[in-house]
Amino acid sequence: MAALVEGAAKSAHVERKNQKKPVKRYWEKTEELKNSDQPTSDRSISTENTADRCTSTENTADGSTSTENTGSVKRRKGGQIPSGKKDPFPGEAPIPQEQLQKYQRGSKNNVPKGAQRRLKEAIAWSETVSELAQKQAARYDLLLPEDAGFLEGDEDEDTCRISQEDIADAVDITSGSKYFNLHLSQFGPYRLDYSRTGRHLLLSGKRGHVACIEWQSKNLTCEMNVMETVNDIKWLHTEAMFAVAQKKWLYIYDSEGIELHCVKKFNDVLKMQFLPYHFLLATASATGFLQYLDVSVGKEIAAICTKSGRLDVMSQNPYNAVIHLGHSNGTVSLWSPNQKEPLVKMLCHRGAIRSLTVDKTGTYMVTSGLDRKLKVYDVRAFKPLHSYFLPAGASCLSLSQKGLLSAATGDIVQVYQNVWGGSPVSKPYMAHRVRGQVWGLAYCPFEDVLGVGHGEGFTSMIVPGAGEPNFDALDTNPYRSAKQRQEWEVKALLEKVQPELIGLDPGQLGKVDQASFEQRHKERVDILGYDPLAKEKFKPKAKKKGRSSAGAIEKRKRKVAYEDQRDVIRQNVEEQMKRQKEKSSESQQLGKKSTLDRFRKQDK
Amino acid sequence: MAVSAEKEFAMDNDVISASEDEEGSDDERKHNKLLQAISSLGGKRRKNQTERSEASLQVSEFFVSAEGAGDKVGLSDLLGTVEKTTGATKTKKQLRNLQNRNETLELPLNKEQTEKIQRSVAYEKSTKEVTNWQSVVIQNQKAEQLVFPLNQEPSGPKRVEQVVAGWKAETPLEQEIFRLLHMNKQPLHDPVLTPVEEASLMAMSLEEATIRRAELQKARALQSYYEAKAKREKKIKSKKYHRIQKKAKRKEFVKQFEERMKTDPTGALEELKKMEMSRMEERMSLKHQNSGKWAKSKAIMAKYDDSARKAMQEQLQINKDLTQKIATLSDDEHETPEESEMVPDFVNDVEPITDPVNPWMRSRIPQEEPEISCVTPDKPQTSEEEEERNEEEELLADFQRRRTLRRTEDDDLIPTAAEEQINTCEVSREEVVGDGTVEISDSEEEEEEDVSQFNTLFKLMSSEKTHEGPAPTQDQQEDEEQLDEGQLRVRSMEDLEVLEEVSDPRPGTPAAPSMPQPTASDPLAKRSKREIDLSEVLTKEAKTIKVALTPTVVEDEEREEQISIIKEAFAGDDVISDFLIDKRKQEEAGRPKVVDLTLPGWGEWGGVGVKPSQHKRKRFRKKMAPPPSRQDQKLPDVIISEKRNSSIATHQVSHLPFPFQNATQFESCIRTPVGQTWNTQTAVKKMTMPKVVTTAGAIIEPLVKEDYIKDKSTKPMGKGPAILLNDKRGAKDGKPSDKHKGRDSHKRRRNKP
Repeated sequence: MAALVEGAAKSAHVERKNQKKPVKRYWEKTEELKNSDQPTSDRSISTENTADRCTSTENTADGSTSTENTGSVKRRKGGQIPSGKKDPFPGEAPIPQEQLQKYQRGSKNNVPKGAQRRLKEAIAWSETVSELAQKQAARYDLLLPEDAGFLEGDEDEDTCRISQEDIADAVDITSGSKYFNLHLSQFGPYRLDYSRTGRHLLLSGKRGHVACIEWQSKNLTCEMNVMETVNDIKWLHTEAMFAVAQKKWLYIYDSEGIELHCVKKFNDVLKMQFLPYHFLLATASATGFLQYLDVSVGKEIAAICTKSGRLDVMSQNPYNAVIHLGHSNGTVSLWSPNQKEPLVKMLCHRGAIRSLTVDKTGTYMVTSGLDRKLKVYDVRAFKPLHSYFLPAGASCLSLSQKGLLSAATGDIVQVYQNVWGGSPVSKPYMAHRVRGQVWGLAYCPFEDVLGVGHGEGFTSMIVPGAGEPNFDALDTNPYRSAKQRQEWEVKALLEKVQPELIGLDPGQLGKVDQASFEQRHKERVDILGYDPLAKEKFKPKAKKKGRSSAGAIEKRKRKVAYEDQRDVIRQNVEEQMKRQKEKSSESQQLGKKSTLDRFRKQDK
Repeated sequence: MAVSAEKEFAMDNDVISASEDEEGSDDERKHNKLLQAISSLGGKRRKNQTERSEASLQVSEFFVSAEGAGDKVGLSDLLGTVEKTTGATKTKKQLRNLQNRNETLELPLNKEQTEKIQRSVAYEKSTKEVTNWQSVVIQNQKAEQLVFPLNQEPSGPKRVEQVVAGWKAETPLEQEIFRLLHMNKQPLHDPVLTPVEEASLMAMSLEEATIRRAELQKARALQSYYEAKAKREKKIKSKKYHRIQKKAKRKEFVKQFEERMKTDPTGALEELKKMEMSRMEERMSLKHQNSGKWAKSKAIMAKYDDSARKAMQEQLQINKDLTQKIATLSDDEHETPEESEMVPDFVNDVEPITDPVNPWMRSRIPQEEPEISCVTPDKPQTSEEEEERNEEEELLADFQRRRTLRRTEDDDLIPTAAEEQINTCEVSREEVVGDGTVEISDSEEEEEEDVSQFNTLFKLMSSEKTHEGPAPTQDQQEDEEQLDEGQLRVRSMEDLEVLEEVSDPRPGTPAAPSMPQPTASDPLAKRSKREIDLSEVLTKEAKTIKVALTPTVVEDEEREEQISIIKEAFAGDDVISDFLIDKRKQEEAGRPKVVDLTLPGWGEWGGVGVKPSQHKRKRFRKKMAPPPSRQDQKLPDVIISEKRNSSIATHQVSHLPFPFQNATQFESCIRTPVGQTWNTQTAVKKMTMPKVVTTAGAIIEPLVKEDYIKDKSTKPMGKGPAILLNDKRGAKDGKPSDKHKGRDSHKRRRNKP
């Protein structure tokens, strides 16, 4: 019995070297003794511990053989709990590979061979941290329980044949109330914009009618007529302010319809886009100017002359905040405020571009042109994926958060599913006829609703599976209170992304600038307008008593002229002298030649 | 201590006797002095030459000659006489050897060099000392987080074992178990170590020994300094100084004695004995009786001088004190032993308790340094204990030996493993290289024939080609096809539709409109044609989508209208060719231009209408290196701007930070964002964890050497104090807990500022 305990103690001692073990309780020992009295009671444990015993005997210093061991030492480790039951789920809960993949950021970094200690530590630390972050994020996916809905027809029934009335009847009352029409025949055709939270709707009639609606409660917050042509309308960062592109200037109103600003630097604006994380309002004008207005400071960030005529097709890439412009020559150009020329220019259609839109992930772009085609592009590779021919062509395009494409052909709004999937789409997912020519299309964020602005007013139609079911309450909370909105505003302003960071690759900031010193210096000179490292030009001092005569000054100038060149020459000469000396010394080493040496017989 | 005091006492006596002997030869010296004084009266200042007198039987002042006074005595002179004498063979031999050896002794090193050597030695020593800290420092550097003050007691709940200190085994089963454990000398608690193991852990390592030795050396040096100081102080003649000194010493001694009475009665007894001894001596001698010469003179002065009276009184008082039955000791003669007590005795003894945790240190040192004897009062128990200890020591020695062995093995092992790795690496590389070369050589041999055959064939082919002219490549053929197609020029939407209808049945062939026909003389156009394959522009075939609802608004009239609008829009408009021209322009702009450096008139005639020669122009045209290939090289319908976005450069990292070797490493290290926007709370906390945490108001002590450097060689004991068991526990079992206490108290002391 004694030997038995000794063995246990020893193995524990060995364990201590590796990790701290919980203190051995005296009752554990007694228990163990009992166990040994009835040896067949716990077979699995004893077999498990035989290996341990081996290691312990190897490691003990005095070499005394421990004959027996039952060992409750490993008990905790083997997934056992004090009650004696086995933990049915040992270890931490597994995370599905898909979820992990979803939160993967870049590839894993391996420690190079022969790396220094610091490097090893740095890499190891970053790996552990990023792994932790990834795992945690994957685990917290549990908190996104909602799924997107969809529409499924009966057998031999096209989903596109299901009318909105049927859908509204079938669904619950709240959802059914999301299908409605506003008959506004006086000031049409209408454009629209939903706020980022999806609670507020802006409507603007071509003939000056502007209205803000809390569309779910049908609460009209403001309505007015600006008595001018309205080209476009856009919410700014909150639902407290919106921008209206009127006939001549750009105006900014608050939610009650009070004019806050008339921005006269922005004239003839046809289309607008708001970049929410940069607080930039990008406008495209009839004069061919693309302008950026920083709404947080009220400053024009950039004004770029695109030199491609009237700009009435515009969209933004939510992934990298690059503005896409469609032109009449069938090209789409990508712009950032930092570059006077397009980042990319791609030929998409044979005819002019009528409309374009980019998906949420910034991967796909859908364009429609006068050639009545609808094309899906991969914007990362700038390659076309699919090309569809719509008999009537699409005048307006819009992509939902879940990737449903709506295209307006005349007075019909078609919704397509899976436009960039492996197989091309043959028929629309949904279709709906509105009263007049469609003028504006927009999906409501976080709702299965598509807003359609047309000549006879506004239609809100239900599109199952359009909106993102899970919202990020810290980013855009549809249910936020006024206080929360204020707090969010402060936070968002603090986290504002600078416009300099806009580029094709948003991850550029995390990369090392590999440009050479010369290049960087050149850029610096360009920015500053002068060379900060340049030598000052020599200016001779003014001297008195006639020593500052023109000749004297010239002489003094001569003294220091070409100083740097002189230095180089001096060095060269010195080097030459040295070489010569070496040569001569070598020849001396070979032997002093006397004048009579020339009469000697040559070796060769 | 008593022994050493007595020794010194004896030595002092010797000195005194020697001085007495010298007094005997005083007359002679005086005589010499007189002689010198007389000779100096002579006026001439002669330099005193110390004469060397040799012992001989007859020495007469008349025989001493001044011959050869200036000469040196050579070794040969000595040898000559030695040879004649018999005996003393050894010295003869030595002298002969000396004569034969022609070497002179080297000069001692000069001051700078010795200092340099000393400095280097000191440097090595201190580096060794500092490197002891290396592991601790690295460990702290590696630590994810350091919480200061270090070694804090965990604030959480304590274990039962720590709380229940006075626990007793009560039930018979428990008692039985513990008895068994005791019998087998088994550890009972968390530091599950047998005494043997503990001993093995406790045993001193080589490093420690060296450290200890150095300490001892230092102590010895200190002792010598102290002795020197004491000597110097003894020489001080100021009476007042000594008086004060003595008083202070006496006071201290009394204090110590009283303390000793309480703590160490045996020591006090000895001290008493000593005092008794001094009393006896005092009584025997006439000192302090005011009967000496000095006392008599003082007695005369005492009438008038207060201080003299006082001095006499003092003497008497001293006598009184000393002769009292139990009196404190104070005597001139006993000052020396007193002083010897003041000398730090730890120099000779083993350091009393250097490390309370490590009792093995005490017995370890005498083994290594036998000249230092441990003086401990013998007790009846000690003999047994010593025996035990001897056994233990043997065991320890065994452990020590083993450990050193193991260490050496490890040392051997590690480099060998590394070497093996390197070797394998080298071997593999060599193998690879060797294989490669072999293969190459083989293939070369094989191919040579093939190549020759191929060459002949190729020559034939080329000759044919020259006859026929350049054969059209496939691309060119395709181009021609396109050109054929180009004759159907697209002008309107209808045309387009027609085209598409044509293209639909054969999707492989492109439906591209024509380019403006390039003339053969335009080389640029030719090149561009080769670069941009028109067949690839806008070739995506369109799939027609059937729409359930046909638009009602678009009636026939309107449609016709629309078509007419489109026609207008397309009039004279070739979108694709425009785009291609645009692209070509961009490419041209990006290409570096050829620089013409020809200077007209140099080396040949110049002037109006005279162009520099072709040869010269060719020579001085400088071609720049071609730029890296464009991103849109393989995308015919895309123009990607090659301009660098310099605006972001101000925000980017431009220099690779320290530990990273290349950009990819760094980039992948910062690939995970740190903010709360992208991470969960726990992840953010972990990521932004501060490297160092200090508790407010807590004193942060510097690292203590014992805690860290010892930890390397010996394992620290368990944290919790072992449970004190009942009386069955032997004295030995009680030890660890004592040690703990000592260690803990030590710690506590340290923590106090």
